[in-house]
This record gives sequence, structure tokens and C-alpha cells, in this order.
Amino acid sequence: MIPELGHLSLIIAFVLAVGLTVVPFWGTVRGSAAAMNLAPSLSIGILVFTATAFGLLAVSFLQDDFSVAVVAANSNSLLPPIFKFSALWGNHEGSLLLWVLILSSWMTAVAFLSRGLPLVMIARVLSVMGLIAVGFLAFSLLTSNPFERLLPNTPLDGSDLNPLLQDPGLIIHPPLLYMGYVGLSVPFAFAIAALIGGRLDASWARWSRPWTNVAWGFLTLGIMLGSWWAYYELGWGGWWFWDPVENASFMPWLMGTALVHSLAVTEKRGVFRSWTVLLAIFAFSLSLLGTFLVRSGVLTSVHAFAADPERGLFILVFLALVVGGSLLLYALRAPAVASRVAYEVVSRESLLMVNNLIFTVAATIVLLGTLFPLVMDALSLGKYSVGPPYFNAVFVPLMALLMPFMTFGPLARWRQDSPRRWLHELLVPAVAVAVLAPLLSVLLFDFNLWVALAFLLSGWVTLGVLKEAWHRLTVGAPGSLQWRRLSPSFLGMALAHMGFAAVVLGAVVVSQHSEEQDLRMAPGDSAELGGYRFEMTRISQQPGPNYVADQAAFLVTRGGERIATLTPEKRRYLASNQVMTEAAIDAGLLRDLYIALGEPIGEQAWAVRLQFKPMVRWLWIGAFFIGIGALVTVLDRRYRSQTVSGEVAGSVKGQGLGFAS
Amino acid sequence: MQARRFIPLLGFALLSLLLFRGLSLDPTALPAARLGQAFPEFAKPELRSGESIGVIDLKTRPALVNVWATWCYSCRIEHPYLLELAGAGVPIYGLNYKDDEAKARAWLAQLGDPYQLNIVDVEGTVGLDLGVYGAPETYVIDGDGTIVHRHVGILDKSTFHADFLTWFPSFGAPEASLTTRGSVAK
Repeated sequence: MIPELGHLSLIIAFVLAVGLTVVPFWGTVRGSAAAMNLAPSLSIGILVFTATAFGLLAVSFLQDDFSVAVVAANSNSLLPPIFKFSALWGNHEGSLLLWVLILSSWMTAVAFLSRGLPLVMIARVLSVMGLIAVGFLAFSLLTSNPFERLLPNTPLDGSDLNPLLQDPGLIIHPPLLYMGYVGLSVPFAFAIAALIGGRLDASWARWSRPWTNVAWGFLTLGIMLGSWWAYYELGWGGWWFWDPVENASFMPWLMGTALVHSLAVTEKRGVFRSWTVLLAIFAFSLSLLGTFLVRSGVLTSVHAFAADPERGLFILVFLALVVGGSLLLYALRAPAVASRVAYEVVSRESLLMVNNLIFTVAATIVLLGTLFPLVMDALSLGKYSVGPPYFNAVFVPLMALLMPFMTFGPLARWRQDSPRRWLHELLVPAVAVAVLAPLLSVLLFDFNLWVALAFLLSGWVTLGVLKEAWHRLTVGAPGSLQWRRLSPSFLGMALAHMGFAAVVLGAVVVSQHSEEQDLRMAPGDSAELGGYRFEMTRISQQPGPNYVADQAAFLVTRGGERIATLTPEKRRYLASNQVMTEAAIDAGLLRDLYIALGEPIGEQAWAVRLQFKPMVRWLWIGAFFIGIGALVTVLDRRYRSQTVSGEVAGSVKGQGLGFAS
Repeated sequence: MQARRFIPLLGFALLSLLLFRGLSLDPTALPAARLGQAFPEFAKPELRSGESIGVIDLKTRPALVNVWATWCYSCRIEHPYLLELAGAGVPIYGLNYKDDEAKARAWLAQLGDPYQLNIVDVEGTVGLDLGVYGAPETYVIDGDGTIVHRHVGILDKSTFHADFLTWFPSFGAPEASLTTRGSVAK
């Protein structure tokens, strides 16, 4: 009964979504306020019914209802409850339901937080989002019904969740990632609404901006968690693989990065308008494309969902309608007149244009690399794969090129600036960093040109941000610090930029200075790596809830001093009989020590991989700061005053943000 | 209205055509030209013995030719299943693809060696002739050295049972099947 109720809720949500697409839009055409006013209620209705469907599927998972096909294929009675819950989105059907749930949450958020916007605008935005919901609900209902039953041949037990996914990181990684993916539909909807209305002005950019920042922030956090998970769970110590599925999330991120910056220019200066609209369309199109690539089976990937051409065709048609339709709209309606606002070559506008170019080129490069095998195959030119060498060869120089511009960005002025002023501001500290960078590289590790360069560029970027912060704090008020000048949008930017510097530094250091050894070790054996001594003290069997593990214990010492005891495991999961490596990591700000068990060799000995990973944490800490920075920006006052009106919302928003006002 | 506004739309139209074509392609399929052909001739050293070997050494009975390398992470995941197959008596030849010989030997010493022979293909020329596009890949050759099947990606139990049993029927011991409620009730 429960699955049938879930199915029914999904159908009701679909009907409401059709209503949301049609009725308010009809209202905007006919000028019917009543029809337009229906949009927020319809959005809530969709949220309520998708949430019900989601909740009922969760109940089926938690109650081990193996008559439901998805549950039988992805869960098991021995699975710990928390993983039974997260197993819901560890598969195609369930994750699609999560997609729709998050979409309807965004819709409802837009409906409620945008009360200050013109009614016509809200109605259009929600209609566009409703259309997207129609597409995905239909996709779910027609090709991937999560409530399908296995009757009468119901299995006694399920075949278990893929052990790789039985991990806390994977509980929150997909929801965060989807928050980002789906969140990009909001700026997309705003862009389409603006194109339909023919009004692409600064206010459109101001409405879109906080939504874009939040979505992009979540996307950043989602990607970060994915990378971290790969690092500790795959037992290999890698953190980025340029796998098609990773690229599928990275492309919208790159395009989103360009969008976030382009929106800033459009809001502040009214320039780049057509370009910004196009970026908003591209960013969401890339997230739809990512969905297509992951779920259609056109590319081989380590973690693709079960491939199904029928599903692929469905998304492709949907993609063609949504993206093709919006690009056609763009071609017909984009602002005809170039903006008359002028700016000099040396100005913040130009720097942000460089940012836009670099990130768009980067996204294009990733897209080409990801699709190249498909292109060659479609043209019958053979089978190819594009690997990390290609991506690294084009990506690393691009980022290196970006960073000097990033240094000046925060302190550059709009309209017109002078290189002389930048030099005056930054010359002394920049030279200091240039001297310090190779020194740091030598002090922390052996000298390495790339690492020194990374210290230099990251140092400059950080310096640019700090210099501007200091400028804001002190200018015009000698002797006192003007803390309130550090607005949330500035703080967010500062956090994100410094986070980016940390990511670059971490990536370069860990690529250059990692050490690893593959060894045969038995209890009593020891090995040296990166100045640490690893002694295997014992090997034993440990039972887990749904697996049995061979566990080794290592005593890690440095100069005779005890650092840590690490216990890597090799787990055999009972239901699927799959074997998983559970690496043990001693984490630190400057280095990770990483031990993974390979295969048993003989009675007591095991193949063991020891790794020394300097500054690998900086990658995720940096990415975390980027994401948090993006979220912080929306606390800025001007968004509150723009998007919130009405007494209720005002009183809620008025608290807790006192430092900004 | 400017013509260049249509550029994004045009680009997207091309992309859609490509993606549509992609739907009817199987990314893991072997180019049809290779199937049914003889395994390409080669003269390469064997990994353990160092002796030169050629196609003639592979022609005995239906066997797997597994493309692997120590730089290939997926190969590490695949390895235990190869050991299991070898243990069950499936003959497996290795093509050690674009790899370092010393590392490859160390790998086999540590993780176990499922291979009857290992072709050392440092330059990747055998792989090129064969049309390998990455590791791991697994080919089935029959007793005459003709390529009869290709699998791209990790070879695991379900793939083997689904696609490989034609050539290795004796290794198709039924899996411990799930008891179904339906059959219990009757």
C-alpha cells in the first residue's frame, strides 16, 4: 500500500507541475493576477507531494520492503538503518526522486523569498521551473518509476547497497551536489523569465545573484565531498580522476564560476548583459547534460548508473526542448543594443572578463575532453579515451594564468584603474611573497619549482584579498578599524578567493611531493616513508554489522615518538560477497599518512600500500571555504532589502545578522 | 536581430545530433572489424621468463586475454576476480600494457599471478594492433587464436556469467540464487 501511495503522490505532483507551467504563464499573457498568484501555492503543492513520495520510499527502505524493486536491488536487512535511508539515492530511480524533491524545494524557496519581486516576474520564473519539474517527474514516472513492485516473486532479502556507497560521505554528497545542480535552475529560470519579458537590466542580475551564489556554493561543497570520499574510500589515495561523471559535475561548476562573476558585473555596472544571460543558460544546460551523460550510458565511467538508451532518449529530447528552446529565445530576444556603459581596459570589468573567458574556456575544454571519445565513435573514427594527461596539460596552465589576474581583482576599481596604482599597492608585499615562496618550499619540503610557483601565486591571491580588506578597514578613519565595511559579500569573496588559493597550493604540493610504497608486510615488519616509521603490530579478524573485516594494526612513530595507531581493513560484505578496502588515515594540516591493505600473501603477510600525502587536506579545506564563502555572500543587506518585503518575512530576517547593519 | 546570436543554438543542435548518435552506440563495444579476426601477430618478451613469445603460444584452447597495467586502478579491483577464475581453471593470458616491467613483476608477486603468460607490451604496439583503448580490457580468443569477444572495463562475476559462458560453459556453476518468497509459499 505504501509504495502505491508514493506512486500516487508522484502523479499528483506531476499534475500540479503541469498546472504550474501552464496557469501562471497564461496569467502573464492575459494579465490575470489571479492566475499568476497561483504560482506559489502550486509550488508548495509540488513540494508537499514529492516530499510525501520521497518519505514513503524512505519508509519502504527502512521497513525492508523487498517487494519494491529499488529496495530489493539496493538494500539488505543487515544494512545499518542510516545506510538503508541513504540507499534511497544510491541508485538511478531514487536519486531522480531526490532531484525532483530538491527542485521543488528550490521552487518553494523562490516563491517565498521573492515576494518583493514583480508578480509577473515570479509567475514567469516559477512557470519555467515548473516546466523543468514536469520533465523530470515525467522522466521518473514513465521510465524510472521508483515504486515498481516485484510481485509475486518477492525476494526474501535484498542484494545490498554497493559497499562503496556504505559510507557517511556518500550520505550527504549526492544531496549537496544536487542542491547545486538543481539550484542552477533558478538563475536559468530568472534568465528565461527576463528574456521573455524583454527586461534584462541590473535588477534581473540582482535577483539572480544570491540564488546563483547559493547554488554554486552547494555545488562546490558537493564536489569537494565527492573528491574527499574518493580519496579515503577507494583505497588509492587519489582525489580527482577526470572521470566523465566527475566532469559532469565539474563543467556546471566552471560555468557557474563564470556566471557568479559575470552577474557581479551586470549587477554593478549593467554591462555583459547578453553574456551573463548566456552563461546562466549554459550553466544549467551543462547540469542537464551531466544528467544525460551519467544516466544514458553514452560514456563509460567507473560510477555510471545502469545504462539505458530509452532513458537516454528521454533526457535527450527533454534537453533539446529546454536548452534548444532557451537558446532560440536568446537568439530572438537578447538585448539588441550593446550597453552604453563604458569602461577602460584597465578596470575591474576587464579583470572579470578575463575570469569569464578563462572559466568558459576551461568548461569547454572539459566538455571537449569528455565528449571526444563519443565524437570519434560517432564518426566511426575508432575508440578513444581521454585521460588525465590531456586535462592536466590544458587545465594547469589555465589556472596559473588566472591567478595573477585574481590577485588584482579584489582591489581593482570599476570603470577605470591604473596599473601604477596596483603596483603602488602591491609591489612591496608581492616582492616579499616572491622571496618567501621558494623559502617556504625549501623549509617545508625539498625545493621544487612547481611548489615554489604555487606558493607564489597562492600567496599573491591571498595578498590581494588581505590588502583590500585592510584598505576597507582603515581608509578614511585613521586610528580605528571600520569592521562594518567588511560586508558579507566582501567577506564571502575573500573566503572563496583564499579557499581557491589553498586548493591550488594543496593540489600542487600533493602532486609533487607525495610518496608511496607498495610492500609485503607481516606483523613485526616495519617500513620507513616520508620520515615516519610504520610497524605492523597485528592482524586480526573483526566482525562488522554486515561484513567481516581483516584488520591490521600499524604503530606509526617518528624519531621514536608515537604518532598514531592506524587500523586499515579489508572488508568482505556478506550479502554481495564484495571485498572493499577501508584505508586508515592519520590526517594532518601538513601531511596525511595513508595505509591501505592489498591482498593477503601467505599466512600472515599482506600487500600493503603506504602513502605520505603532504598538504592534501588543503584541497578540501580550500574547497570548503569556497563553498562557505559563496553562502556567506547572500547575508548581504542589499539582497535582503531587495528580495524581502512584508512584515512577517522582515521580522524573521531582521534577527541574527546584526553585525552587517 | 543579429545572426551571431544563433551561434549558441547552432552549436547546441550539433551537440544534440552527436548525443543522439551516441545513444545508439555502445561505448564498450569492440569495433566490429576486430571481431572474428585473428589475434595480431607479435613478438614480445614474456614477463617472468623474459623469453620471446608470439601468437602461437596463445593458441591452445579458448582463453582470456586480459589487458592490465600497474598504473590502472580498476585493474586492482579486477585482480581478485581474475585470481578466482584462474583458480577455477580458466586460462588467462596477460597483456601488460604500457607498463614498467619491474613494477608489473612486483604487482604479481604481491597480489598473486592469475596469468599463464604475460606479454610485455611496453610501447603499446600489441595494444594498438588489437585496438585497446584502455585498461582493463578482456578479450576471448578461441583455440585458433581468433578474437571472439571483447569486454571493456572491469571483468566481474556478473559480466562473466552474462557474456563469457558461451566459451567457458563449465565455469557456469549456478550462483547461490536468492530464495524467492513465491517459491517458498508453493
